[in-house]
Amino acid sequence: MMKNITLGQYYPVDSWVHRLDPRTKILLTIAMIVAVFMVHSLVGYAIVLGFIYLSARMSKIPFRMLVKGVKALRFILILTFLMNLFFSSGETLLVEWGVIRITQEGLSQAIHYSLRLVFLVMGTSLMTLTTSPIALSDGIELLLSPLKKIHFPAHELAMMMSIALRFIPTLMEEADKIMKAQMARGADFESGNLLARAKAMVPLLVPLFVSAFRRAGDLAMAMESRCYHGGENRTRLRVLRITRNDWIAAACVAALIALIVLEGWAVPVVTAAVKGLIA
Amino acid sequence: MNDTIISVKDVSFTYEDAAEPALSGVSVDVRRGEFLAVLGHNGSGKSTLAKLLNALYVPTEGRVTVCGLDTQDDEHLWDIRQQAGMIFQNPDNQIVATVVREDVAFGLENLAVPHDEMVRRIDEALAAVRMTDFAESAPHMLSGGQKQRVAIAGILAMQPSVIIADEATAMLDPSGRKEVLSTIRRLNREKGITVVWITHYMEEAAQADRVVVMNHGQVALTGKPREVFEQVETLRELHLDVPHMTDLAQDLRRDGMPLPEGILTVEEMAEEVCKLLCRSK
Repeated sequence: MMKNITLGQYYPVDSWVHRLDPRTKILLTIAMIVAVFMVHSLVGYAIVLGFIYLSARMSKIPFRMLVKGVKALRFILILTFLMNLFFSSGETLLVEWGVIRITQEGLSQAIHYSLRLVFLVMGTSLMTLTTSPIALSDGIELLLSPLKKIHFPAHELAMMMSIALRFIPTLMEEADKIMKAQMARGADFESGNLLARAKAMVPLLVPLFVSAFRRAGDLAMAMESRCYHGGENRTRLRVLRITRNDWIAAACVAALIALIVLEGWAVPVVTAAVKGLIA
Repeated sequence: MNDTIISVKDVSFTYEDAAEPALSGVSVDVRRGEFLAVLGHNGSGKSTLAKLLNALYVPTEGRVTVCGLDTQDDEHLWDIRQQAGMIFQNPDNQIVATVVREDVAFGLENLAVPHDEMVRRIDEALAAVRMTDFAESAPHMLSGGQKQRVAIAGILAMQPSVIIADEATAMLDPSGRKEVLSTIRRLNREKGITVVWITHYMEEAAQADRVVVMNHGQVALTGKPREVFEQVETLRELHLDVPHMTDLAQDLRRDGMPLPEGILTVEEMAEEVCKLLCRSK
């Protein structure tokens, strides 16, 4: 079962969105998050939801995968909602019951913040579901590489990420092996309270750490003997290319932002006009 | 000498904080194109010797030159490591990337090889170790022998003149061991790559062109496998086992069976015994 774990939450299918450059996806996700924070009406959220839904369809990712991501954060969501509901200051009182005061402003703020959080999670999940961790680390390295001028270790960071990804399955297998070896010697990982169980992990973690350090030493030597000398003067096998599709994706997100801005401006104007007509 | 590719001259090496030197006064020449086995039990200094050969360590005394380049010379460090590729004992701890072909690319990326050239060399190297079908696999899905073959491909792509294998088969099962050794022997034969094969398995050393036996940081014996393994008593003193068949041949000779010297493998033994039986009929 350990053999086929997928790392992160990458959903490996081939789609138009999967093939986009990771840099595009990172930047567009950030743009979309900014856009979500510009939304001030329910119609705006509907537009965002529609956009995310369409993107999920294009990525061949089941929409329920995105919903699952949101569900995982339900406690934080509920907490955000309640905090905003009870602790926002406002004028228009809706309910007053002892110390509890709910105002209209509080209610609307609570709804806004929770919805934004939902879309934030959905947007970033869409990125991590469609981009393999290694592509993601490549994208981050290239996006951060201008910062190398101020000695920001962009290459080292990406190398660390990729080595971590490489060794996660190896270390998991090893943890499994050590666990079985310790169980054969009578170690008990399952019973007892939380503290007892945490203590029981010590005979698992100590050998795991010792071996991880030995592996690190070995790997460093192997990398050096294969002429590794840091990020300077190095070519890459994986080359990222911005294609026409990346521009199309960027245009779509730009259209989304335009639509949100337009809606934020148009809706109050239209409502005012309608109200004026009725009056 | 023109055909010497690696020369180790009066080399001593002491680890930091170690009282005893790991190597003292070692001199070995590796000839171009040969398959040299370095044999020794644990702590004999054979791994230290390996790491001196591609400038991972620099000798405390004496000189090591690889293709005429002194390992003490920092300027040629990357040339030396490109010329003398190294495979290590643990198959897991030398694979850097999450996909086989990207791991083969690692050394080439470090040498700043252009992209198209890189792709060509990776395909060639993977074909040479017969791992083309696994180019897109994740390393942790491979067997130990396959991982070592990927490591060999990673070195091969860098187009070295020498491959140094530091107990590359020690952690493998018998079939993996055979797979890796036969790959290396084929590269030695077909591509003329010089091999320094460090091991504690007699059977593997028996397949080499020449054997160097290490003991207590010094060279104890050198010579052709047959010459070395005939010195049964000396090898015993060095806590090394003689190949089973050589051992058996000696016992049989002692019991009066007229077997010739220099039997190393089961096949050779079978042949000699057959000859004897035919003659006695």
